[in-house]
Amino acid sequence: MWIQVNGTEREVPDNATVTEMLTALAVPPRGVAVAVDGTVVARTDHDRTVVPDGAEVEVLTAVQGG
Amino acid sequence: MDDPLVIGDRQYASRLIMGTGGVANLAVLERALRASGTELTTVSIRRVDTRGGSGVLEVLERLGIDPLPNTAGCRTAAEAVLTARLAREALGTNWVKLEVIADDRTLLPDPVELLAAAETLVADGFTVLPFTNDDPVLALRLEELGCAAVMPLGSPIGTGLGIRNPHNIELIVARAGVPVVLDAGIGTASEAALAMELGCAAVMLATAVTRATDPEAMATAMRHGVAAGRLAHGAGRVPQRFWAQASSPPR
Repeated sequence: MWIQVNGTEREVPDNATVTEMLTALAVPPRGVAVAVDGTVVARTDHDRTVVPDGAEVEVLTAVQGG
Repeated sequence: MDDPLVIGDRQYASRLIMGTGGVANLAVLERALRASGTELTTVSIRRVDTRGGSGVLEVLERLGIDPLPNTAGCRTAAEAVLTARLAREALGTNWVKLEVIADDRTLLPDPVELLAAAETLVADGFTVLPFTNDDPVLALRLEELGCAAVMPLGSPIGTGLGIRNPHNIELIVARAGVPVVLDAGIGTASEAALAMELGCAAVMLATAVTRATDPEAMATAMRHGVAAGRLAHGAGRVPQRFWAQASSPPR
C-alpha cells in the first residue's frame, strides 16, 4: 500500500503496523515519534497500531536545536 | 550534592543548561558540552531524513546529559502541544522547554499562545519549562498554571545583547516560587554571572557557545561564570557608595 511519509509517497506492506512501517522505511525506531493522520501514536502502541492505506504519516526525531 | 539546582522531581549539580543549535559539527558540540559541565541540554524535534536520527542523542547519552526537548519553531499553542507530545514519545520524557514564538524577526514569545499551551501541557502531565518574556506578571501567571520553572529572556534569541532589563529579572526572582532560568541573549561569561547575581537559579544558552570562535573555551568560561555568579549572589555584596571608603587603616 502507498502512504504519505513526511510529505513523500512511500510504499509499505499492506496492513503494516507502525513498527513494521518503520522497518520498511529503514528508520531506526530509537528516538522516533510517529503521528498517523494527525494523531500521535504512543510508543507502547507501535506494535499494535495498523497504518491505514493512504494515511498521512509524520515521523520525527531529535535534532540539534535550542 | 552541594547547592543543587532543583526543578520538578530532579536535582542537578550544574546550573548551566545548554542548547545544541548553531554548532559546526557534532565533534565540536561534544567537546563544548563536556567543557560546560551541563547535565541538561535542549534538542529540537523535526522530521527524520531517510537515514533516521541526527546523532545528537548519542552525544548526550555518551556524556550522561538529560535531553530537554523544545518546541522551537512553533507559532501556536496547538503546534506546541503536538510537538511536546511527539517529543514525549520520541525521547520518553515528559519534560518540555515550551517555546511559542510570535514572529521570525524578533523570535519573541507570544504570551497568549504560551499561556494556553502551558495550561494544556500541565494538565497532560508534562513538566513544563516555558521560555517567556522578561515580564514579571506573565512569569507569575505561568507559575500559577503549574509550570515547574520560568525561563525569562535576557534579550531576544541569538542577539547576544545580554540582560536588557535586569530590574525585571530581579522582580521575577523576588516573587517566584519556582526556579527562574535566564534564557536567551547571553553573549559572554560576565552576563551569565550577572544572571546568577540577580538571583536566577540557572542560565540557559546556546549561541554564545556554539557560534563562538572557540566553543570549547567559551563553554568553560560559561561554566565558571555561572558558578562565580551563584557564589557572589550568596556571599552578600557590599553596598554601592558614592564616595570612596579606605580599606587600609589611616596610620
